[in-house]
Amino acid sequence: MSARTPHPVKGRSGSRDSVPVMVTGLGLVLILLMLLLVLWLILSRGLAAFWPQRLERFELKDGTVLLGEIWERLETPEGGRLRLRVGNRELTGQDIILLDQSEIAAITRPRDAVLVERNENGVFLGWLDGLSGPGVEIQGDSPRLRRQLDLAVERVGELDEQLLREQERARRLSLKRGRWEEELERRQASPAGVAALQEKLDASALRLSGLERSLDSLRAAANLWTLRLNTADGSQSDLPLLQVVRWVPTNELGMLGRLRLYGRRFWGFLTEDPRESNTAGGIWPAMFGTVLMVLLMSLAAAPLGVMTAVYLHDYARQGLVVRLIRLSVNNLAGVPSIVFGIFGLGFFIYFTGGTLDAAFFPERLPEPTFGTGGILWASLTLALLTLPVVVVATLEGLGAVSRTTRMAALALGATRWQMIRQVVLPNAMPGILTGLILAVSRAAGEVAPLMITGVVKLAPSLALDGDAPFLHLDRKFMHLGFHIYDLGFQSPNVEAAKPMLFGTALLLIGIVLLLNLTAILLRNHLRKRYKQAAF
Amino acid sequence: MELMKPQVIERAALEETETAVLATGVEVWYGPARSVHGIDLRIPVRRVTAFIGPSGCGKSTLLRCFNRMNDLIPDCRVKGRIEVHGKDIHAPETALEDLRREVGMVFQKSNPFSKSIYDNVAYGPRVHGQSERQQLDGIVETCLKRVALWDEVKDRLKSSALDLSGGQQQRLCIARALAVGPTVLLMDEPASALDPRSTSRIEDLITELRDLYTIVIVTHNMQQAARVSDYTAFLYEGNLIEFNETRRLFTKPEHAQTNDYITGRFG
Repeated sequence: MSARTPHPVKGRSGSRDSVPVMVTGLGLVLILLMLLLVLWLILSRGLAAFWPQRLERFELKDGTVLLGEIWERLETPEGGRLRLRVGNRELTGQDIILLDQSEIAAITRPRDAVLVERNENGVFLGWLDGLSGPGVEIQGDSPRLRRQLDLAVERVGELDEQLLREQERARRLSLKRGRWEEELERRQASPAGVAALQEKLDASALRLSGLERSLDSLRAAANLWTLRLNTADGSQSDLPLLQVVRWVPTNELGMLGRLRLYGRRFWGFLTEDPRESNTAGGIWPAMFGTVLMVLLMSLAAAPLGVMTAVYLHDYARQGLVVRLIRLSVNNLAGVPSIVFGIFGLGFFIYFTGGTLDAAFFPERLPEPTFGTGGILWASLTLALLTLPVVVVATLEGLGAVSRTTRMAALALGATRWQMIRQVVLPNAMPGILTGLILAVSRAAGEVAPLMITGVVKLAPSLALDGDAPFLHLDRKFMHLGFHIYDLGFQSPNVEAAKPMLFGTALLLIGIVLLLNLTAILLRNHLRKRYKQAAF
Repeated sequence: MELMKPQVIERAALEETETAVLATGVEVWYGPARSVHGIDLRIPVRRVTAFIGPSGCGKSTLLRCFNRMNDLIPDCRVKGRIEVHGKDIHAPETALEDLRREVGMVFQKSNPFSKSIYDNVAYGPRVHGQSERQQLDGIVETCLKRVALWDEVKDRLKSSALDLSGGQQQRLCIARALAVGPTVLLMDEPASALDPRSTSRIEDLITELRDLYTIVIVTHNMQQAARVSDYTAFLYEGNLIEFNETRRLFTKPEHAQTNDYITGRFG
């Protein structure tokens, strides 16, 4: 661990060493170029994903009129093509189209065109033409309509939130009722308390139907609002305001307005649930799942790896067996991750989970509880996968603690365990953390083993929430790596998912970077504290 | 080889003092190789005894027998009987941790823990169950004063021991060894990695500590042995050639080999 590293002898210019210098340098340059290319691609596409584009009106030579955002300019021998997002999927069936430059007669940028972000069918591009709701009836675009629209969106948003809250209450109540009903069934044998329970059930049934009635009225109130829009080809469309997330007069926005919109979209991307089979909305559940899975994985891998390494390094009699074990551990790191996934499926899910179900949840069978993929099994599978990395790094860390330091502790009458715990492990901590950093990076980016141990395209609820017992280890979860795969290759609308795809990739890289950075800072801090003797 | 082994001479002066360490027929084997060939030796209480001899003569190996540090070396076996204050150190009822508390050790390379100065000295007492702050404060102060380090570090007891100079680190290691209250202190070339000034401070320290502890020091440096020790043992190829009062051994060695070594003809 000495700070003095030998400096390689540098070849002078003109020496016979110049060819190897060029060859090795070429390798470095190639690698750097590749890395820069990947970073540039993800950074530029990922950061641009939420940037509000201008809306352009295209008049084609055949008389068709389109309104769209230019997403990409493609070079072709015939003079180029444009990739346009025209939105309005429910009307045209296709929200992203390719347009030959040669077909275009004129392009204008209408100031009053608006973009409406919706919960369904992607965006709507067009012109405002009317708003109707309780006590409001406005025809044609006007500043008054726009003011009223803002108010109405806010009002409906509130109704929507209220709706969600009531839905959540109804859900919890039915959950509770389910438990009471189960208990009631069990108590039929011994009538004590049955009456009280039945009373509770009846009362809650009343409350539930009350909740449902209020849900219905909320929905009806929200559905009273509709927004009328004109499309580029002159037809009209009525949107229920409940579907509208926000409306943006993109072409009227200045730099500041666009930046603000960008920030809001990015924040929504981080904090919202995905919509429309993941092609819109946010990726909060995937981010949450990734971080929680990595945390659980670290909780399993770190102690197990450190314990293994301590035994191998300090307790086991050094010899052929230990050498063989070390060799196997090193090689285990090279086993394809899908193999670990299959092992996790067989051992954790089918065997362990199946046994747990038979022992503790027989009433739910054949519906599996732990006998199916879940965040616990995925974390444990990844812990197995990353264990070799932790073990090897810890072994190196333990080896870096000098023999004389160990001798000093033993010569003072410390037992071996006291020596390990109080002297060796603190000194080896930077090495152990290095291993954990590598493990975390690998686990955060791993997809293949997760696909068969519990990752899903869309998880109905997070693995950590307000329902007892709060941490639901049996739940399936979402993961950023799998999300990228899903968006890129499984999406019903790959073109529309592209911005989300690059945004997710950027975020995953960001999270890995953040995790690494934290661990590196922690390691450097510890290194300073536990620096090795310089004499 | 056996034939060449000379008789160990026990001087009258030696008989006067009590015995701290008594070794009878000590052999050390590294796998199939024997590096100490059956040594009988009596180390007197509260005196400084030096082991001298050329490299590889077994003096450090013999020293490590006294607190059973050789146990840590795989394939190393120690035969024969060693008593510390009359107790057999290999007896099953002797706990290794207690033996090492009785027989402290200072190593060639200073090896402070990467902890604070205070925690270095307090480590031993803590290991042996002392956790009262006041008691520990007292032990740390006494031990650091005993190695004449207190005045240099009393204002920065909480700073890292690794920030000390090499000589200070070695004195800290001695203080750390003293903190568990040993009666015997083994020193394995304690000054060989230090500059002359630090070396002389360590030597002064040994002279001061000899009234309180039985000190056994291994050294390459014959002047050092002559300066600090009361008794000297000369070892050669795993045999104890001569053991005598230092003054006599250096002025009138009884063996030709001892004479050759101290006059610098080999080694």
